[in-house]
This record gives sequence, structure tokens and C-alpha cells, in this order.
Amino acid sequence: MSDFIRMSAAEVARGVNGAAFSASDVTDAVLAHVDAVDDRIGSYLTRLHDLARETARNVDARVKNGEKLPLAGVPVAVKDNMCLTGTRTTCGSKILENWISPYTGTAVQRILNAGGIPVGKANMDEFAMGSSCENSALGETRNPYDLDRVPGGSSGGSAAAVAAYEAAIGMGSDTGGSIREPAAFCNIVGFKPTYGRISRYGLIAFASSLDQIGPLTRTVEDAALAYEAMAGHDPMDSTSIDRQVEAASTALRTDLKGVRVGIVKEFVTENLGPEIHALYQQTYAELEKLGAELVDVSLPTADYGLATYYLIAPAECSSNLARFDGVRYGMRIEGADVGQMYEKTRAAGFGPEVKRRILIGTYALSSGYYDAYYVKAQKARTLFSQDFKRAFESCDLIASPAASSPAFRFKSKSDPYSMYMMDYYTIPMSLAGLPALSVPCGWVDGMPMGLQLAAPLFEEARLLGAAHAYEQATHHARRHEPKMLEVAS
Amino acid sequence: MSSAETKIDIRYVAKLARIELTDEEVATFGAQLGDLLGHVNVLSELDTASVAATAQVVESRNVEREDAAGQCLDRETVLSMAPQRQGSFFRVPRIIAEEG
Repeated sequence: MSDFIRMSAAEVARGVNGAAFSASDVTDAVLAHVDAVDDRIGSYLTRLHDLARETARNVDARVKNGEKLPLAGVPVAVKDNMCLTGTRTTCGSKILENWISPYTGTAVQRILNAGGIPVGKANMDEFAMGSSCENSALGETRNPYDLDRVPGGSSGGSAAAVAAYEAAIGMGSDTGGSIREPAAFCNIVGFKPTYGRISRYGLIAFASSLDQIGPLTRTVEDAALAYEAMAGHDPMDSTSIDRQVEAASTALRTDLKGVRVGIVKEFVTENLGPEIHALYQQTYAELEKLGAELVDVSLPTADYGLATYYLIAPAECSSNLARFDGVRYGMRIEGADVGQMYEKTRAAGFGPEVKRRILIGTYALSSGYYDAYYVKAQKARTLFSQDFKRAFESCDLIASPAASSPAFRFKSKSDPYSMYMMDYYTIPMSLAGLPALSVPCGWVDGMPMGLQLAAPLFEEARLLGAAHAYEQATHHARRHEPKMLEVAS
Repeated sequence: MSSAETKIDIRYVAKLARIELTDEEVATFGAQLGDLLGHVNVLSELDTASVAATAQVVESRNVEREDAAGQCLDRETVLSMAPQRQGSFFRVPRIIAEEG
């Protein structure tokens, strides 16, 4: 039954828990599908056939013993910056090309505890730095809707896997938009919870004050289920929040009556071109039709987001990536002394984007520039939190585009800054730590676009509830199937 | 703000970052980083005189745990990941030059 591959996570779990079919049935179907399509898409850097089958047998045994598992038998793509015992965890980098995780991270473990099946480790921009997956040193991932275009990034492998039915849940990480942008590019839902909601223990760090794990799924309901499985306090991550996680899957709404949706006046869509502008005007009208009240809000600092982010994130990355020095793990290139060994190892192990960011971060933190760059950016960051706080006094959610264009063609962004611009709409929420998601909202040039919704800190249930109402009323995602699957079937 | 004005001593920064660069990389990264710094210099337009720097986006207090030994990876597992080891040590090239 190849229908298994098209099932949502909720449908799979219901079927497995109700003994209509087994986790092994679903896993076999998904693995066969991955083998049939992934040579062309490239979602996975490592396929986990044996582990997936073994996990499925365990899930079937647990269900037989009477356990009800919220993600029973659900196929999951794990971004390759997350540790899973015994699997290669590369971060898309040559420096970790052959590194095997000696432990399993908390979020991954919670997905496994809930009955999820790890299908493979998904491709990504090297160390999660990028918006297209083109910065992966280990493989190319193509957009299932047009193989000549990028899937987005950095969680592009997870996004492509979910879009092409190679998994029902993709685990992603988002630092400045790395879940939301690829979700928009691949016609799926991508959800970044409040900073600290999901433990980052076992997530290889990029920019620790921004990094957040979240799910990529084909439905909002699945995003809620995956979120509930992963969220909650973890003593292994000192930034993890010790606060009750509100149920999200039971808060899904069918209308937006009484919801005030803020439209940010600085986020003008006119300059994105007439087609995209029209699409978002239509999207906001659809929200209104569902009962939402549209209100104008202002984020005066909006245009300073990229500048703030491209100081803070590189500064933190330059510090976090210092650990890759050829001593304890990963690649080593020998040198005459230890200093030369470090320099040669890092020169050979890191790709150009990672080097660029380490250099800019090192510069921003270096003596004489620290106050002018790093401290200035951290002060600007405070303004973002203040702006959002003020904006949320007059609205419950904020709506905007998730990305400024549909998925672009390979090698079309040769200048680094033009790539950074892709995250213009997602960075402000990251700087303020807010929960935000992207949900499909229509098509431009035959490619999908995403609506970004953001909520105040900890209001994940409100956010997912509203996104569900929008998704169920519009069903934009269902209008097209991935092109390459149309040809294959 | 113009980007051309910002000049970085890229070799010095690379030394701090422990990355060996080729001449070609020095040229490319030097230009690209100068360009990027031109973009981030817009922050000087923001008045932040009375603004505190963000330390955290979600309020939290010092996080401590009992000072008690917990489980950790065993030594063999950790050492088996090293590019080079010698017995129970990580092996690295010479650190201090021999006296001449």
C-alpha cells in the first residue's frame, strides 16, 4: 500500500495505535519510496534502513503491549545536526563527514519515545548556515516541486523529504529562518517554537542565543503533534524553559473570530513584485474572511534585522565552532605544530560560507570592535523585543510573508548578502525569541509561497490554532503535487 | 552607508580564527566582509544610548544543578572519536618549540 507514504503523521499514528496496520508496514513503504525517489531529490545524507526497521518492530511490540503512542509508526527525517546514537552526524560539513554520534539528543529521543521512526539524516547547509542547502559540502538537495530549484535552507533536506513524502515529520532547526523558509519553498508547514521550548541538547550549536528546534510537516495538526512530543523542560539544556507546555493539538481552530492579526506596515510587499504583492493581499483577505480583524502594527526596527542578525549569529558561531580543531573529533590535517594543525584542519574542513561567518564573527568580537559591533547589535536586539511587545498590545498574531520570493534556481544568489536577504521576514522573530511558523498560502510562478504567522512568547497553542483554521479553509498546499512525483507515478 | 570604506586586515582576523587562507580567499573574503560590514554599519543610525544589551530573550534565572557526579560518556567512547590518541590521551602535534 503506497498510500502509507501520503498519510499525515496523525493518520499513521491513529492507524498503528488502532491496529489497522503496523509501523513496519508504513516503514517498509516509506523506505521503498525513499529508495525510488531520493537519488533525484537528495533529501537524505544517510538512509537508516536497518535502524528504521528495528525501531518499527519495537513500536509494533509496544503497541501490542497496549501502549498508545502519539507518533506511532510516523516516519521522521532527522536534520543532520542532531545526534542519534550510532548514526553519522555531519552538519553537512567535511569536518564531521565521518563522525558518529555517541549519544542521542533530547528532541530526537522524545520523538523516538513517542513512536517516531527515523528514516534518515537529512541534508542541510553546512552548520545550518544558509538558505538554500547549496552550502552543504556533502550533497545537493533539490526542490521536489522543481528539480532545478533549491529546497531552501538550512533545513532543506528535512523540508524536501516531507514534501516528497519521504517522511511525515521533518526535524529542523531555525536560527534566523531555517525552518520557515524551506517550509515555504517546499509547500509545507514549518514551525519554530519559542526560544527554549524544545531542548537543544544533542543539537550541534550554531548561534546558541537563537537556535531552536522545530518540526516541518504537511499539516498544522502534525506540527502540533510533533511539537507536543518534543517540547518541555530538559535539565540537560540550561536554556530550556521550565514551564508547562500548553496542549496545541486540542487547540486547533476552524475560524479566526475575535483574533486580531497585525500587518506590519514596514513589511511592504509592493517591492516583491506585483504577483507576490497580490498574493499576500489575497492571503490577508482570506484571514479576514475567517473572522480575523486586521490591524496595522509597526516594527520601526524591521529594516535593521539583517544587520543585527549578521553580527550576533556570526559572533556566536565563531565561538561555538572553535571546538572543531582536529583534537577530539572530526577531521584532522597534520601540521608541524599544534597551531598549524588547527589552521590546516579548519581550512580544509570548513566551506566558504562557514569561513566567512567565522571571520566576520571573530572580527566583531575582536579587541577594539566589540562595543561597536557586538554590543551595538545586542542593544538593537533589545529594540526588537520592545517593538514586538508594543505591537502585540494591539494584536494577537502578526502575519507576513515567510520569504521574499519563491524557491530560486541553483547558483542564482552568488553574492552572500543577496542570500542573507531571504531571511528578511523571519529574522526579527528569531531575534525576539518568538514562536513563528510558515503555512502554505498560494502559488507564484508554479512554486509555493508561505504565510508567516508569529505570536507572543509561549503562545504556541494560539499560533498553531490559528494556522490550522487558515490551512483548513484554504487548502493551498493541495493544489499541486510535487512535479517529480507526477512523472514517477 | 558605503561599503568600500571598511577595510579589514583579513589575515590578522584569520589568524585569530585559526583558519589558514589562500591568497585567493584573502582577496574574496576581504571584499565580501568589507561589503557586509558596510551593510551592518546601518546600525549606527539606531539610537541605543538608553537601551540595555539583550542578555536573554526569555527571562530565566541562574540555572544550577546539584554538584553531584552524573552519568557521562565513558573514556573509551570519547577517545575512539579522536583523530589521534595515545593510550588514554588525545595526541596532538608539538605545542612548545624546542629550545635552540
